[in-house]
Amino acid sequence: MKESQTQPVKMTGAEAVMQSLINEGVDLVFGYPGGAIMPVYDALYSVRDKINHILVRHEQGAVHAAQGYSRVTGKAGTCIVTSGPAATNTVTGIADANIDSTPLVVIVGQVGSTLLGTDAFQETDIVGISQPITKWNYQITKSEEIPWAIARAYYIARSGRPGPVLLDITKDAQFGSLDYVYKQRTSVRSYTPYPPVDPYQVEEAGRLVNLAKKPMALIGQGVVLAGAEKELIEFLEKTGIPAAQTLLGLSAIPSDHPLNVGTLGMHGNYGPNIMTNESDLLIAIGMRFDDRVTADTRRYGTKARVIHMEIDPAEINKIIHADAPVLGNVKESLPMLTGKVSKNDHSLWLEEFKACYRIEDERLISKELYPDKPQLTMPEVIRRVSAAFNDDAIMVTDVGQHQMMAMRYFKFRQTRSVVTSGGLGTMGFGLPAAIGAKLGRPDREVCLFVGDGGFQMTIQELGTIFQSKVPVKIVLLNNNFLGMVRQWQEMFFDYRYSFTELINPDFQTIAKGYHVPSVKVTERQDLDEAIGKLAAAEGPFLLEVLVEKEGNVFPMVPAGMSVEDVRLE
Amino acid sequence: MQQEFTLTIYSENRIGMLNQVTSVFTRRHINIESLTTSESAIEGIHKFTIVIFSTKGEVDVLVRQIEKRIDVLKAYAFTRDEIVHQEVALYKVPTSSLFEGREIENLVRQYGARILEVTAEYTIIEKTGHKHETQELFNKLDPYGVTQFTRSGRIAINKSRKEPLNSYLRKLEKNGVNPSAYKK
Ligand SMILES: Cc1ncc(C[n+]2csc(CCOP(=O)(O)OP(=O)(O)O)c2C)c(N)n1
Repeated sequence: MKESQTQPVKMTGAEAVMQSLINEGVDLVFGYPGGAIMPVYDALYSVRDKINHILVRHEQGAVHAAQGYSRVTGKAGTCIVTSGPAATNTVTGIADANIDSTPLVVIVGQVGSTLLGTDAFQETDIVGISQPITKWNYQITKSEEIPWAIARAYYIARSGRPGPVLLDITKDAQFGSLDYVYKQRTSVRSYTPYPPVDPYQVEEAGRLVNLAKKPMALIGQGVVLAGAEKELIEFLEKTGIPAAQTLLGLSAIPSDHPLNVGTLGMHGNYGPNIMTNESDLLIAIGMRFDDRVTADTRRYGTKARVIHMEIDPAEINKIIHADAPVLGNVKESLPMLTGKVSKNDHSLWLEEFKACYRIEDERLISKELYPDKPQLTMPEVIRRVSAAFNDDAIMVTDVGQHQMMAMRYFKFRQTRSVVTSGGLGTMGFGLPAAIGAKLGRPDREVCLFVGDGGFQMTIQELGTIFQSKVPVKIVLLNNNFLGMVRQWQEMFFDYRYSFTELINPDFQTIAKGYHVPSVKVTERQDLDEAIGKLAAAEGPFLLEVLVEKEGNVFPMVPAGMSVEDVRLE
Repeated sequence: MQQEFTLTIYSENRIGMLNQVTSVFTRRHINIESLTTSESAIEGIHKFTIVIFSTKGEVDVLVRQIEKRIDVLKAYAFTRDEIVHQEVALYKVPTSSLFEGREIENLVRQYGARILEVTAEYTIIEKTGHKHETQELFNKLDPYGVTQFTRSGRIAINKSRKEPLNSYLRKLEKNGVNPSAYKK
């Protein structure tokens, strides 16, 4: 990778796009061609030995695939699409990446600059449309701006709290020529990606930690984004503080770590929810108190002081007041905090979590894993699939009941093993994200859990899997319902199943059409053999499991209630 | 408690900045009472002055959400007593009504307004002041046939001794980011 290129070289704008990507170390892009981006695609053809392009089946898939790639590698994902409808097709993915802090650079073609604002063919104001859902966006109308804008785009996407950046490049800027020089960006004056950690705040946080009798750590994706997993474990092990994770914080610490007490939130574990209102100190690390985590904020952390370790100033006091806000990169602030706290042991307090777990196990988990009814349950399938991959696969999910069940029952040994749409809850995310995850980590198994509803939102990406030979393992948990919505209708709308039942196609025939080997399981006795086939497959594989139609996800904190109102049934 | 806040926002002078800044309010369903924007005292840096009603807690978060936009340099929120502010109003009245009596001239004097332009047809009156003052003058002039009335957005100066942005820019320089080296 050449970060800078100082001798000017004459080239076209389109060639400059490619050269800039190469200078940024990009070797994989996801995209879909069309009129307004054709010069760039032509330049791509010349460098296709350096940049691998994955042709998706829908631009939304390109963005989700780039997200999956980014989430497992920590690198920025890159997409290239044309103007108009292609640009608007990226919007859902960009919004998803924005709310889940995923670094992306989305390059979009635009009509010629003289046509801007004239309602030209396939013109759309994508800069205006994407403004509220990008970390930064920019319209390039002159060839000379290309290296500057791309350098800025990757710097902004990757640094600080990461996020998506969109570049809209007019066709004449792609065709025009420039004297190309490249310099990677290391600063932007109006932007402070890493606010300096204030030692006094760390001191104060350390004091609170040392005083606390019932402290609890809340681990978010910020830890993973900062690469601070080791620093986190050092802090936890020194202090003996129990740690719970958000959905996106999952896999930051191994599932079997003695201080890992499970997941937070609406469908999180019983203990972490109950204990939030028993704890006297909540230590939030790289998490943003999403409403799916806090439930009713007026009755959240009722006995607790709050330490909030966070890189984004806009998150401090946004939802939950912080007694000790520690602004900055947790990779920096965690070791500082560890230096300030005394060695401790909270085994009695930890025991309270274990007691909660025993209740959850007895009343819920054991029944879900070893059901006494004939129908298969999502939990038993997920747990066995996890075990078949030695509890060490990358878990990708779509959105719905299966997602929450996967969160509860899949196990992790290493970080960056979770790819799921948390903040936006985007159905259709799973399949393309799994493609990107597998291409990002070809050395690891990538296992997707998807519902029969969400599968059909981006099912055409099976074509990408076939064409690009991406060996993802797909587990379709088919309940012939939009399960999560049906559960709410059952619980809160008096069983009025308003348009949540699905009359589905034969997924086996569809898989066959896309040349993806598959098997369907309807009986418990056939499950292990089928999972064996899934795990052993060299290429892509679809395992469809017919699960109980009206299964529900518990525990649950019903909307509007407090974390302490978490229900087990 | 809801109260009036005047926000001053400094940004790079880039296309689309106004949209970026206002969308922070739009998302929260906050109405903008007044908005003025132009180049600030520092070359190349744009200044927005925005008046909203909000709470202290919310405005603190708003300021940080605005600052989160990459091209925003700094945002500040001031309560009413922390600033001196003015608005300009222009009134157009038929010149004939000026000659019918002394009332209009008296009002102009009494309200510290001034006459900007007189033609055979119309006279333009200008007044600087707070909204209620310019409004009051309008109410008084209206019976004499105001044909047009327009009022600017608010401009404000804060009472603290230093221009806050200058010290912020100096701090950036000290931290090794040289703003003058920043070139597009
Ligand atoms: C794009 C989109 N549309 C609608 C929803 C609302 N929604 C959330 S979960 C869900 C049901 C998902 O059903 P399915 O994919 O079959 O998964 P299951 O819940 O049955 O596991 C729906 C419709 C959503 N999250 N995303």
